Amino acid sequence: MSNEGIATTQPQPDYLAARGFRSWAFTHDHKRIGVMYLITTHFFFLVGGVIAMALRLKLLSPGPALFSDHAYNVLFTLHGAMMIFLFIIPAIPSSLGNFFIPLLIGARDVAFPRLNLYSYWIFVVGVVVTVASLLRPIDTGWTFYTPYSAQSSSAVTALSLGLFLVGLSSILTGLNFIVTIHTMRAPGMSWYRMPLFIWGMYATSVIQVLATPVIGITFVLLIAERVFGVGFFDPAKGGDPLLFQHFFWFYSHPVVYVMILPAMGIISEVIPVFARKPIFGYKAIAYSALAIAFIGFLVWGHHMFVSGMSTPAAVIFSFLTFFVAVPTGIKIFNWIATLYRGSISLDSPMLYALTFIFLFIIGGLTGLFLGSLATDVHVTDTYFLVAHFHYTMMGGTIMGLFAGLHYWFPKITGRMLHEGWAKQAWWLIVTGFNVTFFPMFILGMQGMPRRFSQYPEKYQPLNIVATVGSWFLFLGILIMFANFVRSLRSGARAPDNPWQGLTLEWSVPSPPPVENFEEIPTVTDWPYGYGSRSRSGRDE
Amino acid sequence: MHKGAPVPARLGIWAFLATELLLFGGLFTVYVVFRLEYPELFHREHLKLDRVMGALNTVLLLTSSLTMAVGIAAIRRGRQWVLQISLLLTLALAAGFLGIKYLEWSGDFRHGLFPESNLFFGLYFMMTGLHGLHVVLGMLVMVWLLRRARRGDFSDQYNTPVEVTGLYWHFVDLVWIYLFPLLYLIG
Repeated sequence: MSNEGIATTQPQPDYLAARGFRSWAFTHDHKRIGVMYLITTHFFFLVGGVIAMALRLKLLSPGPALFSDHAYNVLFTLHGAMMIFLFIIPAIPSSLGNFFIPLLIGARDVAFPRLNLYSYWIFVVGVVVTVASLLRPIDTGWTFYTPYSAQSSSAVTALSLGLFLVGLSSILTGLNFIVTIHTMRAPGMSWYRMPLFIWGMYATSVIQVLATPVIGITFVLLIAERVFGVGFFDPAKGGDPLLFQHFFWFYSHPVVYVMILPAMGIISEVIPVFARKPIFGYKAIAYSALAIAFIGFLVWGHHMFVSGMSTPAAVIFSFLTFFVAVPTGIKIFNWIATLYRGSISLDSPMLYALTFIFLFIIGGLTGLFLGSLATDVHVTDTYFLVAHFHYTMMGGTIMGLFAGLHYWFPKITGRMLHEGWAKQAWWLIVTGFNVTFFPMFILGMQGMPRRFSQYPEKYQPLNIVATVGSWFLFLGILIMFANFVRSLRSGARAPDNPWQGLTLEWSVPSPPPVENFEEIPTVTDWPYGYGSRSRSGRDE
Repeated sequence: MHKGAPVPARLGIWAFLATELLLFGGLFTVYVVFRLEYPELFHREHLKLDRVMGALNTVLLLTSSLTMAVGIAAIRRGRQWVLQISLLLTLALAAGFLGIKYLEWSGDFRHGLFPESNLFFGLYFMMTGLHGLHVVLGMLVMVWLLRRARRGDFSDQYNTPVEVTGLYWHFVDLVWIYLFPLLYLIG
């Protein structure tokens, strides 16, 4: 991708130059807002992680230990709710998406910079309300199923309100990105010249705008149920608890694609750069993102196979669940085809990208076990499910996030990461992750149910393995964060383009200037012309 | 092409309206589910609503959409005064709508009809409540528009906020056009 516009390299202040609280709190700069999201969401990643460690520690023993059964219920609810709503949903879109969408499409900012700032502060208010609800900690599980959530004396109302605000922030961010991608692309950047991260973010934003309002109204109805005694979900009043589950999953299934599609976008950026090859199947990857977003709206019923559902509906949902795996498979085959005969360099971003592919294949295929009606009856609500979604969410989304963080750290901070530390952390994370979660597949197959603080003694050996694994995983993550902090202070100065990437963010200084581009570049090619087989002039 | 809102703002409001549609869509889904399950209950209970009030409100809200549209057409031709009068009229009609809604609700409460009374009234209060909230939000935005209009911020060149608010207001009107027959005119 050429950028003839940049002729002069007059030093302009970088976006981190301004100091002081107000320069951050009232900034309209998408990069600073992205960094604020990055820090806020990762704080909850650590809190949720510490809670997970406590849960795993308790599970060393099959009997009562450490804390009460009620405390266990509260802690797994907190772990789930924090990780899902405060970390993993906003983690990539709001932070890396905010930072890099304008840079990758050659724009100076998002379409509505002020709205972007409001979105952040709505998010913060939502987070504060959510955290305040911890005064009466909830024990419903992160799924808030009625009728228990309508009756529980814990602070479900406050939490629903907090999450409603977090959702509003998510909607406004998605809306901002859709308009940005439609209207702010640099001259010459046609849809088929967009980096694939942008395609992924576009599909993500569509889901955010169309699915999040449904969880919004669900929370409103749940609040109405508790405050006004409306009986929509209460069988005693003629209501239907299953209706709540339908509503909940109509959002909460598509939202797993809000989590995974941006990660897939990152993988599509990292793999061609570190394989030094043009991405294979550009259009297939781009359209499969949209296909996932679309089909993803039609599969929510697979969360409810054992809740009660007519056989024809269950068969249709099962079929559609298999169907949504197809575009995901297309992406994975294309990434592998990109790797084929590439000159691969195993820097830390690439290690995480490869880890993503490996773990996500396991996570995705085990999803099909759960999507099949007969096997689902056996493994539903067991540790098999826990293992499956940790392989997709942590093995998928979070590995994609880590790949993105290692890939873009030099651009965001202007400092290089310590590669040795990064690799140490990677070893621990990958090993720890598999040792933690793979035994859970077996435990689930053996019938160990999730969400119980005590369990029969025959499950103890594998639980010990999982808990020991979680220590390595946690240590690895701590080393990774230590590397971030250390490199921020004393890392080597990052060049503009440390990985020889061709996307536009690498054409500007690290860290980027306030206005991103001295002059808006004119785009003449797609951004994947690596190696000898560059396809110049490729277009629709 | 006529002088409308620049593309980003227009695209933005349409995306926002898509979000709103899904938000109300949840309530409409609840409505469909329970009306199919309890047709007699819905028929019996809906007779307790005042059709005259509902019809009057429909007229008020439809007229307010007209005055809003007149305001947008006016400012596109640069007519500041017409915009201000249109906004005032729209605000007055919206206030009238809320006034009648208030009378209806207080009447319901006097007759012992509350959200927890039964599923129909649960839906009735949720749907008209959420819609009423949107009317209030629209009025707040219009007050802000009116202040800006009096400062002379808008012209035939720049009237994006007016047009965008107009689209939102028509959407609020449209929701009511569905709510009225679904709640007041069942059988």
